[in-house]
Amino acid sequence: MASDAPPPKGGTDTSPAQSTPDRSTTAQPTTAQFVEVQESAEFGELRRAYRSFAFPLTIAFIAWYLLYVLLSNYAGGFMGTKLFGNINVALILGLAQFVTTFLIAWFYARHASRKLDPKADVIKSRMEADA
Amino acid sequence: MSQSLPHMSHPVQQLAAAADASEHRPLIITLFGLFVVATLFITVWAGRQTKSASDFYAGGRQFTGFQNGLAVSGDYMSAASFLGIAGAIALFGYDGFLYSIGFLVAWLVALLLVAEPLRNSGRYTMGDVLAYRMRQRPVRTAAGTSTIVVSIFYLLAQMAGAGVLVSLLLGITSDAGKIAIVALVGLLMIVYVTIGGMKGTTWVQMVKAVLLIAGTLLITFLILWKFSFNLSDLLGTAASNSGKGAAFLEPGLKYGATATSKLDFISLGIALVLGTAGLPHILIRFYTVPTAKAARKSVIWAIGIIGAFYLMTIVLGFGAAALLKPGDIIASNKAGNTAAPLAALEIGGGADSTGGAILLAVISAVAFATILAVVAGLTLASSSSFAHDIYANVIRKGEATEKEEVRAARWATVAIGIVSIALGALARDLNVAGLVALAFAVAASANLPTILYSLFWKRFTTQGALWSIYGGLASSVLLVLFSPVVSGKPTSMFPGVDFHFFPLENPGLISIPLGFLLGWLGTVLSKEEPDKGKYAELEVKSLTGTGAH
Repeated sequence: MASDAPPPKGGTDTSPAQSTPDRSTTAQPTTAQFVEVQESAEFGELRRAYRSFAFPLTIAFIAWYLLYVLLSNYAGGFMGTKLFGNINVALILGLAQFVTTFLIAWFYARHASRKLDPKADVIKSRMEADA
Repeated sequence: MSQSLPHMSHPVQQLAAAADASEHRPLIITLFGLFVVATLFITVWAGRQTKSASDFYAGGRQFTGFQNGLAVSGDYMSAASFLGIAGAIALFGYDGFLYSIGFLVAWLVALLLVAEPLRNSGRYTMGDVLAYRMRQRPVRTAAGTSTIVVSIFYLLAQMAGAGVLVSLLLGITSDAGKIAIVALVGLLMIVYVTIGGMKGTTWVQMVKAVLLIAGTLLITFLILWKFSFNLSDLLGTAASNSGKGAAFLEPGLKYGATATSKLDFISLGIALVLGTAGLPHILIRFYTVPTAKAARKSVIWAIGIIGAFYLMTIVLGFGAAALLKPGDIIASNKAGNTAAPLAALEIGGGADSTGGAILLAVISAVAFATILAVVAGLTLASSSSFAHDIYANVIRKGEATEKEEVRAARWATVAIGIVSIALGALARDLNVAGLVALAFAVAASANLPTILYSLFWKRFTTQGALWSIYGGLASSVLLVLFSPVVSGKPTSMFPGVDFHFFPLENPGLISIPLGFLLGWLGTVLSKEEPDKGKYAELEVKSLTGTGAH
């Protein structure tokens, strides 16, 4: 197992022949252009689409996690209730945290690729063309 | 709990016997050796392609989302997750599982709020984003300080753990032997990072993640097989074998004793969930992919891989509890850190069997790989931050050339390596569990508030950034210093003295809100106006990726 072959030479996209220069030397838009975009309705919409999704969802999953922590601490009887065999409420709620984490990650990725990426790409390509 | 001194136990003797027996130790050493040779080969290969600063710090930004997701998992799943959680479940049942949940849910903070904006607006370090809108020198100094403090605490825990663990698995008990192991780990990590840079480190972390998942999957499968894939039976056997009955499957054995320990649990829970997105060695991984979309994909993969791994720790931990006697686990290591290797030995057929010896060797090699990959990531994070934030931007005021910066990073790696070898050798017998929790608490108290305010709060100022970084840093370090982690208890670092006055082991409950509060207070009390133009740049860049490096 420990004898994993090293990555093939030149075979993957991580092995460019030359070192890759940073794009730091490409033309950057000016501060005035950034301010103008920041104040535009188009960017306002992107910001709203991002924040109105990410912020409430963050509050929700942290609250759900804290609820779980508090139940573990102060509701031992309830958590110990056996549902079937030796599987109790505590185990199911713990596994539910896994399930919700996977679901939220999937949900965010879907929202981002449908609602955020197209808006962001339009602004980015226009700004970089103007710069 | 662990104070009761157990009788001489037989799995320890078994373990020692398995390790000492002339036909078994060579197998473990061979697997260690294979891993070291393979990773050194990768390092040299990666080193030949490491030319620019972007290669050294960010692996040329050429990794795919999946590759980086693997590497992020390899960077994150430390020996503390692998051995620590399995051990905690084996000893305390359900309460050990609570760690897994906090460690996993934490990734949503990184996914929703931090990874993509950071990738879009930063270049090499966490300090790039924190200092973007602020006066460069003070904020870079603060960001560099907090990066190095967090990474060193984390590093120290891994180094000391490596010494204890590898010594135990190889049957080395002398002090000189343990120090030699710590020195070997330190030396290897210096080589990985100075020669291979981020590219080499990333490949080492990817290999390690694959090994860790494969090894865990194998043991999980064998344990489940033994219980005919009936989780309920496995849990039942673990509960009765633990001697604690149904309570073993319920929360409370570790944290439920008193009102204080319950508060401690809340504190730990908050630190875990908010700390991950402030860990510098995790944050710099997002610079290794070309775009924010790839950074998002990395986190999605990491959540999948890490989640699957933590689900397996349930089987590993309860399996160890079901297969081994609790006294034997404690006798081997008070914190239960050797429960997983002991379970592997047992499930393979016991100490005298070839199967047991092979599984023990495999799990030991995986643990060793885990430690090496994590220490390499930590060393890279701290030397990058020293070279890029402190040397290039504070000492040289942005005048250093790329070459000088990378040279400084390599020297910093050597220096940090030597310091951690020395500290790791000194700390080899200390209780190091508190150090990892402290690293998470500092990351959550000093780094996360500053990152979130910087990205999302228009009014945030330099003074606010400095107050939240230094305030969060100082309060978490001081509270731990005066907590039972350091003094006043048999399990403390210095059990002989008592100068503790803070009752909780984890400072997060106080220091995290304080970090957020100080960031706000420092801002509203500051006389300077926030730089509106710079915030426009940061906000537009972070959400769109315009002009990203």
